[in-house]
Amino acid sequence: MDWALLLDKTILIVIIFAVSLGIAAYSTYGERKIAAFLQDRLGPDRAGPFGLLQPIADGVKMFTKEEIIPNASDKFLFIVGPCIFMMTALMTSAIIPWGKSFNFGGHEFGLQVADLNVGLLYLFAVVSIGGYGIMIGGWASNNKFALLGALRAASQMISYELAMGMSIVALLLINNSLSLREIVDGQAGDGNVWNVVRQPIGFLIFLICAFAECNRAPFDLPESESELIGGYHTEFSSMKLGLFLFAEYINMFISSAIIASLYFGGYHFPGIDSLDLPQNIAAIVSIAVLFAKILFFIFFFMWVRWTLPRFRYDQLMNLGWKILIPLSIVNVLVTGAWITFFK
Amino acid sequence: MSLYLFLTLAILTIISALAVVFSKNPMYSVLWLIVCFFTIAGHYVLLNAQFLAIVHLIVYAGAIMVLFLFVVMLLNLNADTEPHKSNLSKIASAIAAGLFFVVLIASIRATALGEFNLPNKTNIGFVEEVGKKLFTDFLLPFEISSVLFLSAMIGSVLLAKKEKK
Repeated sequence: MDWALLLDKTILIVIIFAVSLGIAAYSTYGERKIAAFLQDRLGPDRAGPFGLLQPIADGVKMFTKEEIIPNASDKFLFIVGPCIFMMTALMTSAIIPWGKSFNFGGHEFGLQVADLNVGLLYLFAVVSIGGYGIMIGGWASNNKFALLGALRAASQMISYELAMGMSIVALLLINNSLSLREIVDGQAGDGNVWNVVRQPIGFLIFLICAFAECNRAPFDLPESESELIGGYHTEFSSMKLGLFLFAEYINMFISSAIIASLYFGGYHFPGIDSLDLPQNIAAIVSIAVLFAKILFFIFFFMWVRWTLPRFRYDQLMNLGWKILIPLSIVNVLVTGAWITFFK
Repeated sequence: MSLYLFLTLAILTIISALAVVFSKNPMYSVLWLIVCFFTIAGHYVLLNAQFLAIVHLIVYAGAIMVLFLFVVMLLNLNADTEPHKSNLSKIASAIAAGLFFVVLIASIRATALGEFNLPNKTNIGFVEEVGKKLFTDFLLPFEISSVLFLSAMIGSVLLAKKEKK
């Protein structure tokens, strides 16, 4: 084992965790501000200038609130559930290429934790495990609303994983690789365009499925407060509730990063190579470009949440099984035919 | 390095597999089975079969076990509703399990445990290689199994439709 490599990766992982948590914290602030803007209100403005300290106040509140574990619950699983949900939310960040590599006096510092040659499949494995956190948490609460929320979450995740997988298959046919870095690099340079141009329908399917996998509105059926109180996290309090809510924002951040990497050129922008920047500057610029795209998609997630009403459960299932899956299969066929006959 | 990894994984696999059987609560059995699948995926990675490992996680740990968990959640499993088994079936199952155990031990004794070397730096388990093998040497079995899956899918749709009437 190479110690320099180990040190590099450890530093990178710590930075990515810190950034993910920081962005997730400020997404809560962003969400409330955007909601306020869309509803013609002011939003949080008490803590600090423009309410900028609001996430810290919320964090302190979550940590110091009374911890309640229901008597009838399964105590071990009740604690494990939110932990698994948080862990899987953070695990996906390992395969995302965050930018071009730095060069510190001859030492190459890459900005991707693991360039797996099964990168995209790893993403799917982690996403499919993510549902366990909700299911375990909901079941362990021993509350019928929590159980219903957990069941909804599980069936929703299974249903939309299929269409998501098929839309990725079409992407794979075009890029000839499962590695995220190769997919990102395949969208830059001469004659290459962003995948969203080559796969508009695939992108649309992937985007809708990402909303459903993140349990975000208009697909937030697992926690729809008007019918299920709080869904799977009804019984949770204090920081365990905080973990569930926080992990949702991390999921949103990571899926924005993945959408940006898969369909919008990742850390590239048209003409980045013609600027001829020194390597370290180019690395910083590439990170900035990726984060600009990520922030746009986080904004998009919030924009949709505060604009569209929630689906009914049968509508959700109809959309998943009867529209998205056939559409994604047709998309794969068309892409395959296009590659066979025109390339 | 890889020997220690293997030993850790192997011990974890055995512990979790035993825990599946010995857990009183079926919910815990399912969760231990998921842990067991994870450790087996670890073995695949050690054998350089990354594709198999990931697909194992997606299909077994991800999809199938979610369905198991679903069923266990919906069943009301506690001591009162548990069906009582007669002594006859207990004896029969003990004999069957004992016979299976004897066969297992006999087959392990009969296997020649030679030296086994991990394939070093082969790409045999990568997506490209697996895909090429599947679509050249094993094309017919591959296509036949896809027909099997299709018929299973149609069958389940048919069953679901029948229930409605």
